[in-house]
Parts: sequence; structure tokens; C-alpha cells
Amino acid sequence: MTRKLPSNLVIGAVLVALVVGVALLSLVWTPHEFAQMNIRGKFAAPGAEHWLGTDQLGRDVVSQLMAAARNSMAVAFIAVLLGGSIGVALGLTASAVGGVFEEAIMRLADLGFAFPALLFAIMLAAVFGPSLSNAVLAIAFINIPIFARVTRASANQIWMREYVAAARAAGLGRFSISRDHVLPNIAAPIIVQATIEFAVAILAEAALSYLGLGAQPPAPSWGRMLSEAQTLIYLAPQLAIYPGLCIVTAVLGFGLLGDGLRDVTDPRLSRER
Amino acid sequence: MTYYLARRLLSFALTLFAVSIVVFAAMNVLPGDPALTILGLDATEDALEALRDQLGLNTPLVTRYFLWVGHALTGDFGVSHSFGVPVSELIGERLPLTISLALSGIVLTVVLALALGVGAAANHGKAGDWGVMFLSQIGIAIPAFWLSMLLVILFAVKLRWFPPGGFPGWGDPLGAMRSLVLPTVALALVQSAVLARVTRSSVLEVMRQDYVRTARATGFSHRRVLWLHVLPNALVPIVTIVGMQFAALVTGTIVIENVFYLPGLGRLIFQSISNRDLPTVQALVMLFAAIVVTANFVVDLVYVLIDPRLKSRA
Repeated sequence: MTRKLPSNLVIGAVLVALVVGVALLSLVWTPHEFAQMNIRGKFAAPGAEHWLGTDQLGRDVVSQLMAAARNSMAVAFIAVLLGGSIGVALGLTASAVGGVFEEAIMRLADLGFAFPALLFAIMLAAVFGPSLSNAVLAIAFINIPIFARVTRASANQIWMREYVAAARAAGLGRFSISRDHVLPNIAAPIIVQATIEFAVAILAEAALSYLGLGAQPPAPSWGRMLSEAQTLIYLAPQLAIYPGLCIVTAVLGFGLLGDGLRDVTDPRLSRER
Repeated sequence: MTYYLARRLLSFALTLFAVSIVVFAAMNVLPGDPALTILGLDATEDALEALRDQLGLNTPLVTRYFLWVGHALTGDFGVSHSFGVPVSELIGERLPLTISLALSGIVLTVVLALALGVGAAANHGKAGDWGVMFLSQIGIAIPAFWLSMLLVILFAVKLRWFPPGGFPGWGDPLGAMRSLVLPTVALALVQSAVLARVTRSSVLEVMRQDYVRTARATGFSHRRVLWLHVLPNALVPIVTIVGMQFAALVTGTIVIENVFYLPGLGRLIFQSISNRDLPTVQALVMLFAAIVVTANFVVDLVYVLIDPRLKSRA
């Protein structure tokens, strides 16, 4: 058990702990109320009162970044959980039932890949108007085919194992076998995928909010902070730096953590990299 | 070969058909009254009814779908509510810019990624390799729109080498090219981060093969073996990712055009969303999805060119 942990796993875990810790902390404490405006104190330089200064409306930048971390984590969590659950259920069912049903589910999954989250969010925004919940739905939607594929591919391997044959011989139904034998044995690749998709979801939320299709003012979001900062790029370029660094930290953290988990759980894959 | 092509073509056509149903359904079956959206809450019932008639909303859904597809196949996407001109005209005006951006983006992506990826593999385990891996890890985590803003701060605000945004039109070719430099770089840097990693691992895999050792033993130079013997055989996974990336690049242009205020299809989509111009949004979403599907189809065809063995398996 003294095997050294891969460095991507360690660095990823530290970054994720940092971002999640800040997001949780923002629930109980931020240096200032994140939405509190103070026009007279706008564009304050970093100092003891405002660690990273204030924005064009005099709002404390650190408090906004912290509150935005919470928003980002919540969106990614809900979207990946929602899309992932549906995708895993579809993949498990496809694998258990097989035949035409499996083929149909997989072709539908292929179809899902023709719609990047952005296009789906655009359709939802055009019909219902832009909102954060539509952004969550769009990100969840693109996760469905991804998880369906991973789940089905992994589950198909489990169905060929002898213990599954034994379970079938014992008279267990396809549903109970999927739940009790297949799912626990494919948990590792699903968790790895979920971690990686968490990173993708953070990027997607930031992009959608930047474009005005996600978090609406005054809801805090790194993407929306960047779109506001863009109009002030000559006046206060520093405002365009911090939210981006936060996004990179969070995405890098979950990406490295996912890679690291895969290296640990599936050494065959890590050798190729 | 003919069989393979026919199968691919059929599946391509079926996918496009399915995509068109999804787009149409999302924009038309979902609750909401376009007439009410366009005219606003003050509109009289007569006016609403007249507009619904004009928009063809009173005809059955299935009929409307086939009318839409039929017209779209002849290049007729209806009339834009907000611009008052045919949607096809709007697309025609803006397509060249989006296509130029996507193509220059993918070319720069491939050039950068091959150079970095092959270079890293050739220096496996050395500082150069670690440098490329580190940079690409960061590159994957950077949102393209933020990278764009950083490029603007450095090259437009501080150094003033390039404009921070806007487009002078094709009448000024030099100015047009200058205003596409930063958007292209922003698109390509992020995409090449992913591709460089794939290139590196694919090249490393091939370099372990016996025939590579034989080629080296025969006395061919390191560089010749790398580019002429290793790279062609490492291309299949690279092409797969390039295909996926072209799709990502095309949707990426939607974001980048909005960062740099470029009047392409991406800007048009957002103007149409704010104007609740459903026919235009519907046409553009279909167009972008079609480009994604076509990119995947082209990748399938390119596979066969690179590796004829795949024909029999496919």
C-alpha cells in the first residue's frame, strides 16, 4: 500500500478542495455582502478592506468571486448529477436489454453528440428566454449521451463475467442484476467520467453566463463577471483577470483529479498516456 | 468501398434528418406562442390570430415540419422577423466570416498541435516534453473567451498591434485579416492543447513498434523516421480528434465572434435570440448542427483514406 499516489491526483485533489472549500465558506462568510454596491468606492485598489479591490459598482471582488464559486459548483453538480443519472440509467438498460433497444439508445446517444451544450442552450433561450436553469438543463442534456456510452461499454463487459452468469442461473432478473452486480462494478469509470464532466460543466456554465445565457444579474458567476469586465477592459483590466483564474483553477482541479482517479482505478489506461 | 460509402452516406442522411426533427421539435413543440412573443402582451386577439396565420402556425405541426425541411433544402429558411429579409440572405452575408474564422482556426490548431505533439514525443521524458504537457494541461482548462480577453489586453490595449474587436469588411482585405488574427489565435490555442496531447501519445505509441526500430537501424535520420514513418501511422486517433475539434471550433466561433464583435453567424444567433426571431435561430441552430454532423461524416471518410484496413471493419 506504499505505492506513491500519482501527482495529478494529488494536485487535482488540492485544487478541488480549495475551490469547494471556498464555495462552502461563502455560504456562511464572505468579507463583504457580494452584491452590496458602493458607487463612491468603485474601482478601489486592492488593500486591507478589499483584498482584490472593487468593481465598477464598488462591489467587493473577493466576495463576488467566492459567491460565484458556490454558483459554479452548484450548477456543475446539479447538471452532472441530472444528466449522469439519466445517462447511466439508459446505458444500464441498454446493456441489460440488448438487441434493438440497445441499438436505438446508442443511435439516440450519437444524435445527442450533434448538439453541443451551446446550441442546446441557444434553443432553450430562444423559446423560454435566457436563465440559469436553462443553462443547467443544457449542460445536463449533453451529459446524457456521454454517460450512456461509458455505462453501456463498461456494463457490457460485466455482463460477460461468470458471476453474472451465476446470478442469472440463480434466477435473478435483469433489473436486479444491473442494480446489485453490474452497477457496483462499473462505479469506478462512472465516477472518473463524472469528475471530468464536472470540469467541462464548470467551463460550460462560465461560457453560457458570459454570453448572457446563464446566470442573470445580480446572481454571481465567474462568466458573467468576465462579460461585465470586458466592457471595462481599458479602464480596469484587472477585473478581467481574477474570474478567469478562478475558472482555470476549478477546471484544472477537476480535470487533474479525474485523470488521477482514472490512473489509480485503471492502470492499463494510464500506461498509454 | 462503394458499400462502405453508401452505408456512411445513409447514416449521415438519417442523422441529419433526426437532427432536423430535434431542432424543429425544440423550437415548435415546446410551449410558448411566437405570435405573442413578437407582438407583446398588449396585442389584440385579432392581430395575434392574423400573425399566427401569416407565420403558418395554424397549419398542423407535421405539415409545418415538412414545409420547413422542403424549403430549407432549396435554401429557403423563411423570413427573419427582426430584419425583415430572407434568413438565407442574412446567412449568406455572414457565412464567409464564420467559415474563414473556423478554417484558419483549424489550420493553426493542426499546425501548432502537430509541431508541439511530435516535438514532445521526440523528446519524451525531457524538459521539452514536460513543458508541452504542462502548457496543454493549462490550455485545456482555459475558457477560449477568457484567453481572448487576455489577448486583447496584451495585444490590443497595451501593445496596440491588433484591433480589440470589430470587422472592417472584406473591402479592406488587410484590415479584415488583421482583425481575424486574435480571434484565430484564441480559438486555436485552446484546441491545439487537446490535440497536442493526443498527437504526443499517438506518436509515442507508434514509436515503440518494431518497424520504426528497423527504419532507424537502416540508417534513416531521426527526423525522417519521425515525420515519414511514424506520423502517418499515428494519424487515425489524431484525425478523430481533429473532426471533433472542428465541430468544437465551429461552435467556438459563436462565442469568439461575440467576444470580438465580429459580424458572423455567431453574432447573428445572439441578435436573433434577443429579438426573439425564431425562424432565424431555428435556421442557424440547424446549420451549426449540420456542420457538426458533416464534420463527423468527413472524418469517417478520411479514416478510409488514411487506413484502408478500416473499410472492412466498418
